[in-house]
Amino acid sequence: MVNIPSSINDPIPPAEVEDVELYHPHSWWTTYVFSQDAKVIAIQYSLTAIAIGLVALVLSWLMRLQLGFPGVFTFIDADRYYQFITMHGMIMVIYLLTALFLGGFGNYLIPLMLGARDMVFPYANMLSYWIYLLAVLVLVAGFFAPGGPTGAGWTLYPPQAVLSGTPGGQDWGIILMLSSLILFIIGFTMGGLNYVVTVLQGRARGMTLMRMPLTIWGIFTATVMALLAFPALFVASVMMLFDRVLGTSFFMPAIAEMGAQLQYGGGSPILFQHLFWFFGHPEVYIVALPAFGIVSDLISVHARKNIFGYRMMVWAIVVIGALSFVVWAHHMYVSGMNPNFGFFFATTTLIIAVPTAIKVYNWVLTLWRGDIHLTIPMLFALGFIVTFVNGGLTGLFLGNVVVDVPLSDTMFVVAHFHMVMGVAPIMVIFGAIYHWYPKITGRMLDETMGRVHFWVTFLGAYLIFFPMHYLGLLGAPRRYHEIGESVVNPPSAHDLNVFITVMALIVGAAQILFLFNAAWSLRRGKDAGGNPWRATTLEWQTPTTPPPHGNFGKELPVVYRWAYDYSVPGAPEDFIPQNEPDPEHRSREHAT
Amino acid sequence: MAVVVILALVAVASVLFHLLSPWWWTPIASNWQYIDNTIIITFWITGFVFVAVVLFVAYCVLRFRHRPGTRADYEPENRKLEFWLATVTTIGVVAMLAPGLFVWDRFVTVPDDATEVEVVGQQWLWSYRLPGANGKLGTSETRDVTAENPLGVNKNDPAGLDDIIIQGGELHLPIGKPVKMLLRSIDVLHDFYVPEFRAKMDMVPGMVTYFWITPTRTGTFEVLCAELCGVGHPQMRGTVIVDNEADYQTWLEQQQTFTQMMASGETPTAN
Repeated sequence: MVNIPSSINDPIPPAEVEDVELYHPHSWWTTYVFSQDAKVIAIQYSLTAIAIGLVALVLSWLMRLQLGFPGVFTFIDADRYYQFITMHGMIMVIYLLTALFLGGFGNYLIPLMLGARDMVFPYANMLSYWIYLLAVLVLVAGFFAPGGPTGAGWTLYPPQAVLSGTPGGQDWGIILMLSSLILFIIGFTMGGLNYVVTVLQGRARGMTLMRMPLTIWGIFTATVMALLAFPALFVASVMMLFDRVLGTSFFMPAIAEMGAQLQYGGGSPILFQHLFWFFGHPEVYIVALPAFGIVSDLISVHARKNIFGYRMMVWAIVVIGALSFVVWAHHMYVSGMNPNFGFFFATTTLIIAVPTAIKVYNWVLTLWRGDIHLTIPMLFALGFIVTFVNGGLTGLFLGNVVVDVPLSDTMFVVAHFHMVMGVAPIMVIFGAIYHWYPKITGRMLDETMGRVHFWVTFLGAYLIFFPMHYLGLLGAPRRYHEIGESVVNPPSAHDLNVFITVMALIVGAAQILFLFNAAWSLRRGKDAGGNPWRATTLEWQTPTTPPPHGNFGKELPVVYRWAYDYSVPGAPEDFIPQNEPDPEHRSREHAT
Repeated sequence: MAVVVILALVAVASVLFHLLSPWWWTPIASNWQYIDNTIIITFWITGFVFVAVVLFVAYCVLRFRHRPGTRADYEPENRKLEFWLATVTTIGVVAMLAPGLFVWDRFVTVPDDATEVEVVGQQWLWSYRLPGANGKLGTSETRDVTAENPLGVNKNDPAGLDDIIIQGGELHLPIGKPVKMLLRSIDVLHDFYVPEFRAKMDMVPGMVTYFWITPTRTGTFEVLCAELCGVGHPQMRGTVIVDNEADYQTWLEQQQTFTQMMASGETPTAN
């Protein structure tokens, strides 16, 4: 072992870890299919997640067609409608957002941004992807199974999830869904342990925790949370599977279904809800924190300015992560749990607003006196700020227990969570793809197509979900195949639903342009060079682009400064890479 | 420039939409005006923050967008500013939370003089049970549910024999009297939801949940189910009629008791 000098200005000896020949792939199969290279695994994760995400997109079209034009598309009957909303929700939350942020961006960026050659457990990392793929296939199998996929809603609340009144409840649907979730969690745990250990053990010399880019802080904290939260879903899934297949009664009380007494008794449906939301609320932040981290870096790079209040940003991420484990029952204010819980959970929930607001302030204060380049990633970052602030603020309605009572289970909730954990993180995902595509492929995505894609997606999504809140305020319940005649469905509400459906079709179609751009630019895109955005972080300093196996060639980089040395006064360029020595100690980075 | 204009437009148009929207809550019919007031407070605070942030971003883009030869400022931290922003935010959060918890305390504190009414949910039908002459509801059990006894009322509990059973019909409530709605389900989760009452609560098989309201205006109101309960969920509708006292008593006298229902041998039909 080499001792690391105590003073930050002392010369640091090069890392002793050399490129290890042993792990280099030697055949086409081990290079592109059963690869142990985190970058290949990242691309596998991402492509699979995007592919299944497109299924969810089509499902959203179908459900919007039913809501906008009830009765016109007769093949969307009640059974199918509930199957569509269930699969849409589960795919988006778990199989797209979680997988893409952690399996996709996590795998690609953790080793590269930290100056590591790869994840610390490459084999487990590879297994993680293949088990994820298996989980996706089992999930999709639901569409082809007798009775179709489950239509229990993505929350899968028992008892209805396993009874005959719900599509897939007494067929294969619910069994396949629960099996798929169990597989997903097994696969995720393998990847997740990898991400955590790599962040803790695999960093380049000089890369202290408080020099890590916020992207890594976001992904790291989200992964720790996921490792602690997913087991609750795992347990809940196993127990429900037992209730359904073996006839146990973990979540099943005595039930008289359609006049017939069932063989269940003594279980608690609310227990499932506690387990589900003990996972489910951290899950919101498992998606949000990587988005927070990535967008911080996008804003900083493209505004050519250090992220404002880095230390506060790190602590805000950690505090949000910790608090999110004690707010879960705000999803259950009207669940029938002891109403006195409301005082506690409303308080913890609204406390989270403070660190979250600090993050928003720091993003916009990073723009202040910046040198804002309106690149596509920056546009998406701006779109994120607008939609996240909007969705975050409506969270203050739903978190405040008594305000939640009239709004819960209405379209207000649907609008809120789509804005805050659908649209906002997806804005970041697109921004991140436009930002890192040049590193992954060596070519830029087309700018004109990118601008069209951004404006249609951002404005369209806002026009879908902003007005939708008001349907909920009016009282329109969610998860209605058809509201029909009702005080909460006046003709004007129907017109609004038509408008929302049309916008949803347009926004969905705009994604075809994005896919075309991604495919077209792969060969025809402008040559990117190694560091097209003139960014400081290590992934842009690799010897070749795309980075080779082992990432950094013969010698690993040594880190001398934080990730945000943009526009440092007196420096010749408006950015200084993290691996550039700082002999005059110009970097005004905080003491670490 | 386009970016600046569109961002400002998003802020302004959102406010205009809010002010001009024809989609607003139904006229209230219960004592939970407090809830509406808390929502109004929340709209003001959050609306202000939203507009402020979006306009600030628009201004930054206008003022600090890239011009050749300019360089960004270098300011890693500003402790003072961060402290003040955190403090102001905390005050705003407290301004929303405090009235919220105050109203919640009322919401969970059922008045002593509230009369009990039981709502029973099943796929996909609402039924009701009112206390009879003795003013008390008898015990009930999902295990006792049969075709003749669809609500599972305990036949051996004398308190339940005079209970009034309304199987799949309309519920009437007297105006101006607090009522504790006891909520029960015999199969899956449901949620008794009358938009005009504002209050709602899930019904969970195996337990009795509740909320309380005081109806404040007469009229006929729609009952919807607000917790996904299977394919028939949207069809699970009912009617609540808030009467003046005289009309209520007239209606009440026409209803059958549990004993009468069992004696008539009538098999009420689900669905």
